[in-house]
Amino acid sequence: MNIHEYQGKELFRKFGVPTPRGIPAFSVDEAVKAAETLGGKVWVVKAQIHAGGRGKGGGVKVAKSMAEVKELAGKILGMQLVTHQTGPEGRKVGRLLIEEGADIKKELYVALVVDRVTQRATMMASSEGGMDIEEVAAHTPEKIHRVAIDPKTGLADAQAEDIARKIGVPEGSVAEARDLLKNLVRVFDECDCSLAEVNPLIVTGEGKVVALDAKLNFDSNALFRHPEIVAYRDLDEEDPAEIEASKFDLAYISLHGNIGCMVNGAGLAMATMDTIKLVGGEPANFLDVGGGATKEKVTEAFKIMLKRPGLKAILVNIFGGIMKCDTIANGVVAAAKQVSLSVPLVVRLEGTNVDLGKKILAESGLPIISASDMGDAAAKVVAAAKS
Amino acid sequence: MSILIDKNTRVMTQGITGKTGQFHTQMCAAYANGKNCFVAGVNPKKAGEAFEGIPIYGTVADAKKQTGATVSVIYVPPPFAAAAIDEAVEADLDLVICITEGIPVRDMIRTRDRMKGRKTLLLGPNCPGTITPDEIKIGIMPGHIHKKGRIGVVSRSGTLTYEAVGQLTALGLGQSSAVGIGGDPVNGLKHIDVLRLFNDDPETDAVIMIGEIGGSDEEAAAEWVKANMKKPVVGFIAGVTAPPGKRMGHAGAIISGGKGTAQEKLAVMESCGIKVTRNPAEMGKLLKSVL
Repeated sequence: MNIHEYQGKELFRKFGVPTPRGIPAFSVDEAVKAAETLGGKVWVVKAQIHAGGRGKGGGVKVAKSMAEVKELAGKILGMQLVTHQTGPEGRKVGRLLIEEGADIKKELYVALVVDRVTQRATMMASSEGGMDIEEVAAHTPEKIHRVAIDPKTGLADAQAEDIARKIGVPEGSVAEARDLLKNLVRVFDECDCSLAEVNPLIVTGEGKVVALDAKLNFDSNALFRHPEIVAYRDLDEEDPAEIEASKFDLAYISLHGNIGCMVNGAGLAMATMDTIKLVGGEPANFLDVGGGATKEKVTEAFKIMLKRPGLKAILVNIFGGIMKCDTIANGVVAAAKQVSLSVPLVVRLEGTNVDLGKKILAESGLPIISASDMGDAAAKVVAAAKS
Repeated sequence: MSILIDKNTRVMTQGITGKTGQFHTQMCAAYANGKNCFVAGVNPKKAGEAFEGIPIYGTVADAKKQTGATVSVIYVPPPFAAAAIDEAVEADLDLVICITEGIPVRDMIRTRDRMKGRKTLLLGPNCPGTITPDEIKIGIMPGHIHKKGRIGVVSRSGTLTYEAVGQLTALGLGQSSAVGIGGDPVNGLKHIDVLRLFNDDPETDAVIMIGEIGGSDEEAAAEWVKANMKKPVVGFIAGVTAPPGKRMGHAGAIISGGKGTAQEKLAVMESCGIKVTRNPAEMGKLLKSVL
């Protein structure tokens, strides 16, 4: 799960990670009020969407007067912000963060992720803040410093100071940076983050070390113990089909093609998409109905797939292990009748009770195209989508 | 022979009284020598009771002491599953197979840290388990699609493993063992570990290795194969069409920072002498071609 920058900064402050003072705003009036409350002479108007690259896309602007705050807030709120992470259609801006201006002397980078090789949280830090870190990693990997975090002790003082010096924090600010880095590790650990990124981390003219940005992602398997983080969820930032699917415990992801796929198991679902592409088709979605799919779940999955504009065909690919093929067949028949199936349906069933499943489909009277294996199924659904 | 488990393995089930644990314990006990293999269950609140004739003990240590079981399979719900692994490790079991899906990564980081220097091997979490056909099945895979034979199967994904096994069996190629290592980012045995076991197993002639997007475990395994493997290995990676930044069902199946793409993995595997296919419908045929 992702949250907004202003929400991430709220969490940061709770854990003692310094940030600029700022107030979220949902309208132009609120933006002006926020700037008045903050005081000062310079404000930053920041679009709040769940994607990086907001500055380059024109979603982050500096205002030097109240009139400018008003003008910029009006421009950015409601705009369709396009960044390298949003896709060409962009994302509509519904929230702003109004922040006090910062006196930036140095821009640094720090992030935490889970490293699969060491099986630990790992801090990555660099002197090259404010840049696209993937570029830094590709061209000057020696500028990225890494330290694995011991889960028993967290980040040690000496480790934190060492990292701070390596990324160019001036000596007078090292102690402050050490505390910030240690607290950032606490945020990552105690909030079950899967990513915590601060880009840039700045050193101000006065030598203060401040998180100027906050990007946090959370391990969705751990949200059960963080109701305070679940409350940050912004449904406007999520795909409506994916929200609908999550209500029924279906793992669904919208893609750009026109062939709907319903599969059991994540690996087989990906492999099914790959096979469709291989024979010249384009999958419309990833959909894993899981091992315990019921008739109801299958029906909901069909409804979600059929809502997609431009859908040309559906492929159901089930390798029944625990899931029995007759259960799936009953679900498919019930769903097809309930939703008035408007596109060709190709079904491939294999595994437990496969003969019974095939019999149910054959006797249903529905125009189902049956396939003998995965390759055959992909070829048939692509042909059906093109006809 | 086989790897990890055989007909003489004695198994305890942690989480035997839950709905999933009950169902799969029945299925496993009904498979091949299962009736003799599944000797104990663990539930601190139901010690002294029994499930379908299998005695339940209060702790893993007690179950081990009373029955001689050295392997555990875990169906405990996600919030408590890492602690269940810890208990099995503390009791010095040989192997723990954790089926549970959805364990927080933070819990697994701590559990893996506690496992350092201990003898216990971990398979999973979020895996289908492992099977040595006609001998023993520990996990949730459908037993009847398997056939005893000389091909090793190792995979990160459940149903895709069944797909590979199904294709092999249809071609008349049986399996020595089929191992699902699971789709989580922080887990126990990896491709490289299982390949090492298959390499040393005199009854395995060739191996199918199935991976998916995310991480670099397949690349590490491929480099190891190039340097050490004496048997042919063929491979498939799921997720060529997966978009970056989207988690494809499994917690570990995500392309992030431009890393962990299927194309990259396939290229490394090919450069290490592993024959790969981009068509998952042809995994079995590909393996047959290298025998």
